[in-house]
Amino acid sequence: MYDIAIVGAGVTGAMTARELSKYNLRIALLEKCNDVAMGATKANSGIVHAGFDAAEGSLMAKMNVEGCAMMPDTCEKLHVPYINNGSLVVAFSDDEMKHLEVLLERGKANGVPEISILSKEELLAKEPNLSPDSFGALYAPTAGIVCPYELTIAAAECAVSNGVEFIRNCEVKAVETTDTHLVLETTQGQIEAKYVINAAGVFSDNLAAMAGDDTISITARKGEYFLLDRAVGNTVSHTIFQCPSKMGKGILVSPTVDGNLLVGPTAEDIDDKTNVATTNSGLNDVRKYAVKSVPSVNTRNAITSFTGLRAHAAAHEFIIGVSEKNSRLINAAGIESPGLSSAPAIAKYIGEIVKSVFGELEVKADYDDTREAPVRFRHMTDEERAELIKKNPAYGRIICRCETITEGEIIDAIKAPAGARDVDGVKRRTRAGMGRCQGGFCGSKVVEILARELGLSINEITKFGGNSNILFEKTK
Amino acid sequence: MKKDMTCVACPLGCQITVEIENDEVISVTGNTCKRGDAYAKTEVKNPMRSIHSTVKINGGNYPVVPCKTSGPIPKGAIFDVMKEINKVTVDAPVKIGDVFIKNVCDTGVDIVATNNDSGK
Amino acid sequence: MLNYDLVVVGGGPAGMAAALKARDCGVEKIIVLERAETLGGILEQCIHTGFGLHYFGEELSGPEYAAKFIDMLKDTDIEVKVNTMVLSVSDDKVVTAVNTVDGLIQIQATAVILAMGCRERPRGALQIAGTRASGIMTAGTAQKYVNIDGYMPGKKVVILGSGDIGLIMARRMTLEGAEVKVVCELMPFSGGLTRNIVQCLDDFGIPLKLSTTVIETHGKERLEGVTIAKVDDRLQPIPGTEEYIECDTLMLSVGLIPENELTKQAGIAIDNITSGAVVNEMRETDHEGIFACGNVLQVHDLVDYVTLESQIAGEGAAKYILGKDSDEKVYINTTPENGVRYIVPQKVNIKSKEDIKLYFRVGAIYMNKKLTVEVDGNIISSKKKVKLAPGEMENVVIPADVLATLNENSTIKVRVEE
Repeated sequence: MYDIAIVGAGVTGAMTARELSKYNLRIALLEKCNDVAMGATKANSGIVHAGFDAAEGSLMAKMNVEGCAMMPDTCEKLHVPYINNGSLVVAFSDDEMKHLEVLLERGKANGVPEISILSKEELLAKEPNLSPDSFGALYAPTAGIVCPYELTIAAAECAVSNGVEFIRNCEVKAVETTDTHLVLETTQGQIEAKYVINAAGVFSDNLAAMAGDDTISITARKGEYFLLDRAVGNTVSHTIFQCPSKMGKGILVSPTVDGNLLVGPTAEDIDDKTNVATTNSGLNDVRKYAVKSVPSVNTRNAITSFTGLRAHAAAHEFIIGVSEKNSRLINAAGIESPGLSSAPAIAKYIGEIVKSVFGELEVKADYDDTREAPVRFRHMTDEERAELIKKNPAYGRIICRCETITEGEIIDAIKAPAGARDVDGVKRRTRAGMGRCQGGFCGSKVVEILARELGLSINEITKFGGNSNILFEKTK
Repeated sequence: MKKDMTCVACPLGCQITVEIENDEVISVTGNTCKRGDAYAKTEVKNPMRSIHSTVKINGGNYPVVPCKTSGPIPKGAIFDVMKEINKVTVDAPVKIGDVFIKNVCDTGVDIVATNNDSGK
Repeated sequence: MLNYDLVVVGGGPAGMAAALKARDCGVEKIIVLERAETLGGILEQCIHTGFGLHYFGEELSGPEYAAKFIDMLKDTDIEVKVNTMVLSVSDDKVVTAVNTVDGLIQIQATAVILAMGCRERPRGALQIAGTRASGIMTAGTAQKYVNIDGYMPGKKVVILGSGDIGLIMARRMTLEGAEVKVVCELMPFSGGLTRNIVQCLDDFGIPLKLSTTVIETHGKERLEGVTIAKVDDRLQPIPGTEEYIECDTLMLSVGLIPENELTKQAGIAIDNITSGAVVNEMRETDHEGIFACGNVLQVHDLVDYVTLESQIAGEGAAKYILGKDSDEKVYINTTPENGVRYIVPQKVNIKSKEDIKLYFRVGAIYMNKKLTVEVDGNIISSKKKVKLAPGEMENVVIPADVLATLNENSTIKVRVEE
């Protein structure tokens, strides 16, 4: 019997697991996929929003502003790259300039620090590659960028190191409620827990309904992106938004913490919550609208394109708290943008809820809220590299040429708590295959290393779990 | 009967038409040189191909070792030869030129190693 | 810090031929650094035949061609380090590399030959819409899985791109029991050799669809199918021509890119058309003593020409190291014109005392045209060509006696004309 089962190992689930792992509780983190960060977390803009978008007085606004403030410290503890690059919402008409005033006032009301409106001259001085058609911008210096899956991976590692059990390929099929606990029927067998935290992303309404709570309705909102080569990574230094519309914050252009340039997303509500295909029309929209704010953006520099799904709740508000229909279910649903920005605050908030349902909880003496810094060969000096290889020769074998990733780092990623089990998992943890050649050279080597370290044959290795195997049977 | 083909005697790639009656070549048209004529006649009567594959190796540095036909085989025998190649398992060490199958499918051609594997 | 006269980066056909030639020319302390576990480069997985007809006068498989050079290297005192990745080549020719045995290695070289080869263009660059299912890979990756690892990367295959690797893989997969449904080619012509179209596709009844591309991939976990469509003359998909093809594997053979990360890091000038370094007739880059050859310089059609080019670089490096290179250096550019996409070398020393061969490719298929070389306004040669195709490298010679008449304002132009 677990005290708590957290369903969903996205950024919300993993950060919550880390927060709760400080207490003397038996916790399971359940994930239906082969890895953490496989849903909405995997493919989003990676923006830490300042907090002027959400409605005044909303939980979303509170979580966003708090989360944004907590993010630098959280990332430092978890050794996750975070850059406080600031954001700009660019206006292209007098009407939009007026809208910036609305955002400014809302931001002030939400408690966003240091926001201001820039004139066209001030704006272009900050970002010379912006369109000369711009009128001005709302500047939020506290905004930043973070890699959403790196944050999630690090949080999960930290949680597991503090005793949380991570159970992958564990999809909840049914929930039975008893007087003392909930019984989850999963693809990994029965799991019992006194309380269940619903962090199931686009499926959080389904999970709630299984537990008898039909008050939640989540729509999958699809967003398509291009990731451009590092060669154009410094086209802009701030995150560049266009004026928001009903469907979201519009096409943004932003540097990433890894030095690439991210362009997107589109926004389209879809019925199939597993549909992460990119479309020609969606990608064309990204191409078309991105150049409105940054004319030099050219998707010919794209190294990849991808689609993410946002878990959109009808009221566009986070649904966090003990379910009104099932007192053993704690919902963390409707966590769409600014969900990543809010994650540290949401985790803390859920921590308070858990404390209130369990009564007094003691913090474990050996609780450690940090994660050890992973080895990053590419960022080291030659002296550091020489030392490192002396200690472990596996760091002397470069597997990914484009990103300079060593075999040692790949082995670390596999052996880490809640470590990688598939090629994409290695890629997210190490960047092997993330560069220009997109795994053309290193892909087969990563497959070999995974097979060796996991004691499998290479045709059992998948791209991202399930039936995504890379190879069929032997030729001979 | 007419048969169309692309000549591979040189990079030019002429589109050749061969007219055949009672298994005899009546005419070759579309070629620009004599080599094309010869190519077309062989292609119609007895097309020959070289093939290459791998065989399973025990104790090698790799699971398979590459091989080829030591000369061209009749085009129609390709898949029969592949069946024979797929049956073979060899032991390391293997040297280039080692014969894996002698006179495969009675073609008069051997299956030979095309790489070295010194063994583990 | 170690010291070598010559460091060769890459132990494929280019690196091996360059090192051997430099040794023959009298260079003493040579080391070849190779990132893979064996010498031979990409040839090790190219188990089909068709290599060596020009250079050895016999038809060899890739490993056999490579083995000849590996054996020749063994008979010399040229040092080889495998499993060794070069991280940087500095301006002053310090080569930094790593491996598991020596750790971090730094070598002060008198001369460096860059022979890193090329890599395949990935899917991202193509921007095909659809899912991120498994089963989408470059033809070269598939080739490694089948020929080296001995595993089938697919059962029902669609190949995008009719370059030679794509064609060769169509046959390899078929021989190993897979069904190759179609080869799609964006352009109205194939970039592959005619012989390969006949013997890899026609022989097995595999259709080649020209002016056709893949516009979407389907399947959530493993690939389940692709949508292909015809393209117009601007290479844009034509609505209404879409066709769904069931397959579990999409192989991409959509071009090769010289692997010039080290070259760019070193600040060496790159030719925008070849994506390789700008070189002179010795294959020396704009950094004195740093040479480049093989597919890192220009993507070749035949390995035999890689060998020949690398020997030029090896000899050039030897001259540089031994102080035998021409005292007088007056460079003029070679100019590709009408139909000729690029020329390697991009510049030539008119004080060179030897004939200089210019290599190039044309941009489209031409029938019954002339290849004309114009020097200082005079046509020095004009050769009739029945067929010119982008898939094949061409060359012309600038004789030494013509070079001797040139000055620093001279021009050398090569073009296709009526």
